[in-house]
Amino acid sequence: MFRGLSFSLARGGALLLAGPNGSGKTSLLRMLSGLTPPEDGQILWRGSPISLDPAAHRARLHFIGHQDALKPALTARENLAFWAEMRGGTRRGADAALKSFRLDARADWPCRYLSAGEKRRLALARLVASKAWLWLLDEPATGLDAQALANLRTAISAHRRQGGCVVAATHAPLILAEASVLSLADFAPRRAA
Amino acid sequence: MNAFAALVGRDLKLAFRQGGDWANVAAFFALAVILFPFGVGPEPELLARISAGVLWVAALLAALLSLERLFQSDWEDGSLEALVLMPLPLELQALAKCLAHWLATGLPLTVIAPLLALVLHFNSEGMTSLVLAMLLGTPVLSLIGAVGAALTLGARRGGVLLSLLVLPLYIPVLIFGVAASEAASMGFAARPHLLLLAALLLTALALAPWAAAAALRQAME
Repeated sequence: MFRGLSFSLARGGALLLAGPNGSGKTSLLRMLSGLTPPEDGQILWRGSPISLDPAAHRARLHFIGHQDALKPALTARENLAFWAEMRGGTRRGADAALKSFRLDARADWPCRYLSAGEKRRLALARLVASKAWLWLLDEPATGLDAQALANLRTAISAHRRQGGCVVAATHAPLILAEASVLSLADFAPRRAA
Repeated sequence: MNAFAALVGRDLKLAFRQGGDWANVAAFFALAVILFPFGVGPEPELLARISAGVLWVAALLAALLSLERLFQSDWEDGSLEALVLMPLPLELQALAKCLAHWLATGLPLTVIAPLLALVLHFNSEGMTSLVLAMLLGTPVLSLIGAVGAALTLGARRGGVLLSLLVLPLYIPVLIFGVAASEAASMGFAARPHLLLLAALLLTALALAPWAAAAALRQAME
């Protein structure tokens, strides 16, 4: 997928993964989350490899994949409260998170009635509903309108002010202040000519 | 433990809200049992002789019916990927899902089994052992089934594969379940068979969550 790739993120850092489809953005995010072990090389958190204590690593990260992980039969509030409780959060935290993504009016709607953009916002609200140091976002802006994008930016900058890190793979203009951009196409293994 | 309860609660909510998976399982169980008097004739002696076997085979097939969806829907909508990354160990999550599956299917089967037993002229002396055997045996069906469901995740026509994988493993439950249910009416003690069922349950409790979690991790890589 790629080789010779190396980067580090400081407290409050943000990294945008760029590259064409299939360049390995999702694969890199999955490796950072610990879902897929890298074939070679290592991933460190404060100097120690994440593979040493996968449970501690899971506790410190939020991974929002390209699927929304919502149950159509549950209401927006129930879906969000479930994910918050799985990470030690509370129902109240979930309600506040609904508000920050302007979903409070939809809170008691079963998710099957939500639009694609609303479902995406609900998935992103998981970020705010319970705390984690590292946010891994796979195409977070898919289907978001301008205002939802602004909500996401607000959430990300609040998270970074508190010292959290963000790694996002995106094609959308999700411009973040002082974010470094990693172009994965530069690290593609060269084919022997 | 909060996260464990949240997962059990969510799966139960889904089971009871989504058109009633549990109702389908219970209805299948009832229908499968009721078909037998039509097939073999209404003679009470014959029905009483085969009643325990019929009840258990029907319960096995009914439990199998709902297993395919155990991890499938979480896998399809991305929930499984998120669950694997939750702080709660995946082994405990698998156990939570088994518990919810049992509460939504095994428990209703246990509750209606005595009623169906009456239809088959099941000896009323064996009723207590039948219920006890179902209480001990049906959780084993959920636990072993979860391993099969995790292993066949993402396979094309996974349902058939799942049956081929899981049904042979259900045989010990079938043997001891039937033996415990029949013992009283044949003048034997049901206790040894119930103890063997309890041993099966403890073994499944100790092994199945680990096996299911390992299979789920494999599926997510």
